[in-house]
Amino acid sequence: MKRSIIPLTVTLLTLLFFYIPIILLVAQSFNASRYSGAWTGFTLEWYARLFRDRNIWMALRNSLAIGLGATTLSMVFGTTAALALDRYRSRLQRTHYILIYMPLVIPDILMGMCLLLFFVSLGMKLGLLTIFLAHVTFCISYVAMVVLARLQDFDHSLVEAARDLGATRRQAATRVLLPLLAPGILSGGLLAFTLSIDDFVISFFVAGPGATTLPIYIYSMIKHGAPPVINALSTILLFITFALIITAQMLTWKKEKTT
Amino acid sequence: MHDYLVFDHLTKRYGALKAVDDVSLSIEQGSIFSLLGPSGCGKTTLLRMIAGFEKPDSGRILLNGRDITQLPPNQRQVNTIFQNYALFPHLSVCENIAFGLKVTGHRKADIERETLRMLELVQLERHADSKVTELSGGQKQRTAIARALIKKPNILLLDEPLAALDLKLRQRMLMELDLLHDEIGITFLYVTHDQSEAMSLSDKIAVMNEGHIEQVGTPSQIYEAPCSSFVAAFIGDTNFFDGAVIEVKDSEYCTVRIGGFGDVLCYNDKKLRVGNPVHLSIRPEKFAISRNLPEQRKGRNVLSVTVDDIVYLGTHTKYWVLLNDYRVEINQQHMRYQLDQIPIKHNEQVWLYWNADDGYMLERYCEDDEEMVFQPPEEIGDNPEPTEQHNEEE
Repeated sequence: MKRSIIPLTVTLLTLLFFYIPIILLVAQSFNASRYSGAWTGFTLEWYARLFRDRNIWMALRNSLAIGLGATTLSMVFGTTAALALDRYRSRLQRTHYILIYMPLVIPDILMGMCLLLFFVSLGMKLGLLTIFLAHVTFCISYVAMVVLARLQDFDHSLVEAARDLGATRRQAATRVLLPLLAPGILSGGLLAFTLSIDDFVISFFVAGPGATTLPIYIYSMIKHGAPPVINALSTILLFITFALIITAQMLTWKKEKTT
Repeated sequence: MHDYLVFDHLTKRYGALKAVDDVSLSIEQGSIFSLLGPSGCGKTTLLRMIAGFEKPDSGRILLNGRDITQLPPNQRQVNTIFQNYALFPHLSVCENIAFGLKVTGHRKADIERETLRMLELVQLERHADSKVTELSGGQKQRTAIARALIKKPNILLLDEPLAALDLKLRQRMLMELDLLHDEIGITFLYVTHDQSEAMSLSDKIAVMNEGHIEQVGTPSQIYEAPCSSFVAAFIGDTNFFDGAVIEVKDSEYCTVRIGGFGDVLCYNDKKLRVGNPVHLSIRPEKFAISRNLPEQRKGRNVLSVTVDDIVYLGTHTKYWVLLNDYRVEINQQHMRYQLDQIPIKHNEQVWLYWNADDGYMLERYCEDDEEMVFQPPEEIGDNPEPTEQHNEEE
């Protein structure tokens, strides 16, 4: 029987649909034409301009600082929240769970507005601090949910075994509970970090003058018409992401091979 | 031998449920003591209170004269073998065993020496650096034992330690545990729902049911002289008969009328009088059946019955025979000449006989235990609807 070519065609078309915009973007970043469209020649000028632009580096630094800070803080709070949610079962805990879960389903635009109103009513000056606080609020929820999922498979007799063998509460936590939860906490943190770096809507609401994150800066660049530079920036970010994914894949692949 | 571990009126509630209900018990030093009972009888809760994972609502636990009821788990000189072993998956075999000494800040040289000694004791030297996830069931078990024993506990608590192993391995580990106990000589407190494990290992057994202790005794006391129908049914198989004393023969024997079964001679160790109700338990192996009428002997009961089911089991054959409403289970040893004989067949009329001494009168009778008493071989038997001994179902 002849095999149908329909599945193969559909797959290829879908992948093309995914990747044509990206290919286009990479190509445009080397196009000499300022107003994208026709190919007028190969150039690296946009990359040169990008590296000369101090504001972009400033925005990137802000984004990384906020991302790392919010991730660290939310890893601590998210893990403790997950531990409490897992350990104690009462009606109050169900409310606690809903309150922790809520930020994941509230639309970003609503979240941004609420936070803005809140900060303004407190009389806080909008800036890096308010963006940082806003990011912490939603990052905690993500970390808590990932760690909670891990805890549901966790064998609590391991902690009891540690205590039985003479470990104090603290020792049982640091020598058994945390090492075993570490993969969950780390993947929660990673998720929080990508969301923080990527966040535009919430940051846009609570950002103040002079405090710009990378997504906000990119948006303003487009507004003021410098698309080729953004193409160059996007291409660089794209390749960094690819490199990270490939490294991660290779590491897990290697690990699977050895075990 | 003095009482080493003492439970003094321990009670533990979970909401309205009394998991452990006013349990008092004392355990001798150096013995193997088993807590035996069906799941949910409170045996694990009792064990967890000794380990310190649960606090009793009332009562005390004394270890060697010292009240340990309120001590946290890490300050008690007892260690636990968990049902699923609870080995630390992020540590190697060696690190698992050394854990107990590391957290209490022993010197590195001592830890290494003790760990090696333990590895030797449980014969895991070759697996010292293996991950615990790579070990077989038996090896995991041994790692758990070594990890607990390195703490030199006064009492080793074993929470159904063999439940996760297959039958062959379970029998081998049971022997290893026994040898280990002989070697190190500390007290073992063994929790299990498996009566054969408890019988073969223990010096003493406490049978638990619904939070309280039914009976404490040596394995043979528990088996031969159960104090309640629950114990009789839980430890091995048995047949129950309800009746009343109609005649006291002499100081030792009496005749019991069992409605629908017959008048049988019984050993009257409870000194019952005429008219007293009797709950009689007779183990299947105490009965015998034969095609020819057995010779009359003093104290032998003989009744005519019909064979209902036959299951050949190699070491012996199980028969179920019918007499009116009673369906009696019999384990009959094989005779040497049996192969030459015409075997007893289904629906055959045979003679059932047993010694009056082999019936055992129970002090207490629990109606709830009915369902545990009787387990007809529904899949094997010819009869799809075996007659219940006591028909309670409507």
